[in-house]
Amino acid sequence: MAKRRRPTQDPFPAEPAAGNGLLDRRLFLAHGMALLGASGLAAGAATPADAAEPPDRPAWMQFPGAPFSGYGNPAKYESKVTRTNIQSQPGTTGSGASRTPLEALDGMITPSGLHFERHHSGVPDIDPDQHRLLIHGLVQRPLIFTVEALLRYPMVSHMYFLECSGNSRPMYGATPPALTCGQVHGLVSCSEWSGVPLRILLEEAGADLNAPWLLAEGADAAAMSRSVPMAKALDDAFLALYQNGERLRPENGYPVRLFLPGYEGNMNVKWLRRIKVTPTPTMTKDETSKYTDLQADGKALMFTFPMQVKSVITRPSPSLTLQGPGLYEISGFAWSGNGTIKKVDVSADGGRTWAEAALSAPVLPRALTRFRMAWQWSGAPAVLKSRATDDTGTVQPTRDALLAAHGTNVSYHYNAIQAWQIEANGEVKNVYA
Amino acid sequence: MSTRSLTAVVMVLIAVVGYTRSVAQETPNLGRLATPAEVAGWDISIPPDGTGLPPGGGTPEQGAVVYAQKCQGCHGEKGSGKPNDQLVGGQGTLASANPVRTIGSYWPYATTVFDYVRRAMPYTQSQSLTNEEVYAVTAYLLHLNGIIGTQDVMNAQTLPRVQMSNREHFILAYPPPR
Repeated sequence: MAKRRRPTQDPFPAEPAAGNGLLDRRLFLAHGMALLGASGLAAGAATPADAAEPPDRPAWMQFPGAPFSGYGNPAKYESKVTRTNIQSQPGTTGSGASRTPLEALDGMITPSGLHFERHHSGVPDIDPDQHRLLIHGLVQRPLIFTVEALLRYPMVSHMYFLECSGNSRPMYGATPPALTCGQVHGLVSCSEWSGVPLRILLEEAGADLNAPWLLAEGADAAAMSRSVPMAKALDDAFLALYQNGERLRPENGYPVRLFLPGYEGNMNVKWLRRIKVTPTPTMTKDETSKYTDLQADGKALMFTFPMQVKSVITRPSPSLTLQGPGLYEISGFAWSGNGTIKKVDVSADGGRTWAEAALSAPVLPRALTRFRMAWQWSGAPAVLKSRATDDTGTVQPTRDALLAAHGTNVSYHYNAIQAWQIEANGEVKNVYA
Repeated sequence: MSTRSLTAVVMVLIAVVGYTRSVAQETPNLGRLATPAEVAGWDISIPPDGTGLPPGGGTPEQGAVVYAQKCQGCHGEKGSGKPNDQLVGGQGTLASANPVRTIGSYWPYATTVFDYVRRAMPYTQSQSLTNEEVYAVTAYLLHLNGIIGTQDVMNAQTLPRVQMSNREHFILAYPPPR
């Protein structure tokens, strides 16, 4: 065991980086937690072993463990980690959304089974042998593709977030919702997606690449459809067939979905069955009556495609009560539909002072980016905030600024700075501060 | 084989030959040429200019019957809403603290009503309505919102000409201003 050293001997003293206990991010980057324990920052004395500790020879060391399994599952002790705040339209079971429990995760990848869901008429049970993709409209050769054919195309792989434009909607409300981080902000997830660049298929069909729009349509019972700019289709759009290494999950569009990096979730049409090259937007229900942003003056923004720069602290957050004063890691996600996260600032004094958090590699464009910050909690009430900046220079707005610009009727594209109040007893509450 | 189907087969063969000759094999080219009939069967989307609207038509009166049978259970009497979306009313509320977005108060294009009802409604029986029924329900909902008259027939010619009151209150965020 490392010999206890006096603070003056620390090779890297824990200097404050900002007010109310924020410490230099290099503490975690360069040395990890072991040093912090040795330097005397950790709260409380080590607990001596006593009768309450686990035995020297636990039961699972005395007999062989379980056999192999065809498809693994999470540890049974983690069974509480599930999608959360599952809401469906009255009288329906699959027309609504379920959310990712962000506060239960670490790293940047969302397990496929915890990826948020937003369905407009349930999850279709699609036999891949019976599924077809039609590309038509302003093309020289309307083409029909089988899934088997699509799987033979050259593919690309990317880590990308997907965020429903209705994510965080409760935060437009007059009072801060008393919900967990995932229940409020969990309509965002991040996966590795692999699939076929849409451009290849459009070129094979002889599409008029100067036509300004496409219509993408799904094979669900809502035949969910959205208009997509041709510019996006030719830039980085692809038909995703794999998610996190395996074929798409049914609830994420099996056997094939459209993927539009950085664009609002519903445009990434799942269960894709048809792409029509068109001279105008089709003005479908979901791009006129639903996913449009009503402003305070009664006018509405249409076609607000990219998800804006955003971040949220996932730990600590409501339901993750702090266990007394001491050293904690503040951690969370940052992302931007317009590019790469450049930095994340964290405040422990309600935004009076800020310090730059460490970003966990890889830091990728249009992917969730994990940030970390060392924090010495004194035990006094505190307000934690995070503020992301992307490589376009855009800074995540305050809630006041967002509401001043767009009002409270928007329903979509909420990306303001989140404040968590730490109470003296360690409980964490959602506050407008 | 009839003359017409023979002609169709010949046309497809010509197209396939032309296709395989004209495309360089730099990509897999694994798509099969779709016939016009196949495309017609799949293409159910209706843009604001009405391209693709099918033959047929319907009136508000006819639509009231269909609505009572197929829609009212979810959308309430005369589109008043509950348990699901309110479809009628709400005009004048969009700038208030409690905006009510309905076909009448919010939707910018009448063609969208036809397109959406045909593809997705009734919720438990998508694509079960006839085109006549879809026209009729569309007419009924437009009439309830005070947009068309009692006697107005909605069809491929009249529906795209319907002017929705909120049409000019949408601001396009794309394409971005140059």
